[in-house]
Amino acid sequence: MSVDDAMVRKIARLARIAVDEAQVPALAGDLNNILGWIEQLREVDTTGIAPMTAVIPTHLDWRRDVVTDGNVQAAVLANAPDAVSGFFAVPKVIE
Amino acid sequence: MTALTDLSIAGMKAGLAARDFSAAELTAAHLAAMAAARHLNAFIVETPDIATTQAAAADAALARGDAGPLAGIPLGIKDLFCTKGVQTTAGSKILQGFIPQYESTVSGKLLADGAVMLGKLNMDEFAMGSSNETSAFGKVISPWTSKGANRQLVPGGSSGGSAAAVSARIAAGATGTDTGGSIRQPASFVGIAGIKPTYGRCSRWGVVAFASSLDQAGPMARTVEDCALLLTSMCGYDAKDSTSLNVAVPDFTAGLSGDLRGKRIGVPKEYRLDGMDATIAALWDQGLSWLKDAGATIVDVSLPHTRYALPAYYIIAPAEASSNLARYDGVRFGLRVTPPGGNLADMYSATRAMGFGPEVKRRILIGTYVLSAGFYDAYYTQAQRVRALIARDFEHAWAHCDLLLTPTAPSAAFAFGDKADPLAMYLNDVFTVPSSLAGLPAMSIPAGLSVDGLPLGLQIIGRPLDEAGVLNAGAAIERAAGFSARP
Repeated sequence: MSVDDAMVRKIARLARIAVDEAQVPALAGDLNNILGWIEQLREVDTTGIAPMTAVIPTHLDWRRDVVTDGNVQAAVLANAPDAVSGFFAVPKVIE
Repeated sequence: MTALTDLSIAGMKAGLAARDFSAAELTAAHLAAMAAARHLNAFIVETPDIATTQAAAADAALARGDAGPLAGIPLGIKDLFCTKGVQTTAGSKILQGFIPQYESTVSGKLLADGAVMLGKLNMDEFAMGSSNETSAFGKVISPWTSKGANRQLVPGGSSGGSAAAVSARIAAGATGTDTGGSIRQPASFVGIAGIKPTYGRCSRWGVVAFASSLDQAGPMARTVEDCALLLTSMCGYDAKDSTSLNVAVPDFTAGLSGDLRGKRIGVPKEYRLDGMDATIAALWDQGLSWLKDAGATIVDVSLPHTRYALPAYYIIAPAEASSNLARYDGVRFGLRVTPPGGNLADMYSATRAMGFGPEVKRRILIGTYVLSAGFYDAYYTQAQRVRALIARDFEHAWAHCDLLLTPTAPSAAFAFGDKADPLAMYLNDVFTVPSSLAGLPAMSIPAGLSVDGLPLGLQIIGRPLDEAGVLNAGAAIERAAGFSARP
């Protein structure tokens, strides 16, 4: 499987990263180089092997369903690039 | 008297307890060293005022007799740990100016034990790199240089600021984080010790996420005992991290006898790579004979899936990163770039294009690709299955041995620009990534010098939760090696 320019544009859009048209061929080359090397995983026989998700077998603890935090609006907004009337502000979404 | 900055943390503790010097004097000596070594670019933010206040508090606690175990010990904190009121960037432009409103669990535990924070240490952007060349705040320069050459060398990565600061005697110790080798490889490159504990030992709460199933905090310091001191403070169950292990934390300094009688040390044959550096191969053999002298028996073991660890890692880590880094969208914190007349989607794309560096973008794109419809099973699920096989290799090895000894890295520190190809850079982690995938405790100990006079480390890997065993074998290597070289 090789990544062409169209695929680079597609995954850049999925990742919400603007990519200059001039950068596309170089990125395609980089990604193909890395993915080509990763391809060797295909030769490993993994029949009957469950995908590993947890390193140490453990279970998620139950906790009481209670409020542990709150009333920290100023702290939540402290790093906002733009905040208006106690809310995060963003450019217009609806045309 | 030895310069205060040359003391080990254990030596500083003893001197403070005996009133040979005050915490204020100890901190002042380190702040002076920090100011004198700014050319290394080890710190993104220096916090001398905080350090001075904390040192005064430590002196008061020492006078009262209720000082914590790390009272007055000057540490650097990797810029991946959120520190309340102090800028935390993860080495990225996208977080420039971000002031956390809370303290990470691990840095909070160190401070609660009395530690002094000197500042925030530089690092590869989002911990993605092995040389510190990807930091948005400029590269960190190693305090070491090759014999007879004056090219600047990398300190390793991603915890390169931590490595440089501890090696250059600016900080007594530092926090690091390790996703695929980011504590061990830089420790090896600058001649210090560093341990990545079992996954889940240290809380990840408040640590900027890279690859959540792999990220683990750990200490970096100049001696094994100092690592044990810091690790004892950093570990512990935290309800705020769902993968935190609810197990007792021993006093890791208690068992550092260096006596390895009854221990079996495994030598994984797959780590003896074709074309391995002769000095590193010889040092590995030397390390085995040191451990034998300490009473251990040496056994050959096989980890047959070793060669697939790096490619599996470079699917799993970018996949998790592409998901974790989705939060940087210019809305709630960090950089925002709004193109003229642009809408919300344009703002996301422009912010991320401007805020992330090339390596971070590369990994997000790889991660997005391997998780996208049609490729998920072929790449991501297969990598997770291979990861299970790698973990199983280690489990099989533990039937024959208690610990493993390997080199930490395939080379000594290299010069800036020497590994411009991303793949060449990734191969640096060949010996550290397998134990990361399996979540095992692993440590690098300085053991010798390259032909160019640069530090080389040996790596000890242990069973899950056997940090004590890893540290004790580290102590045996440390004693036998008598590593005394300094930059």
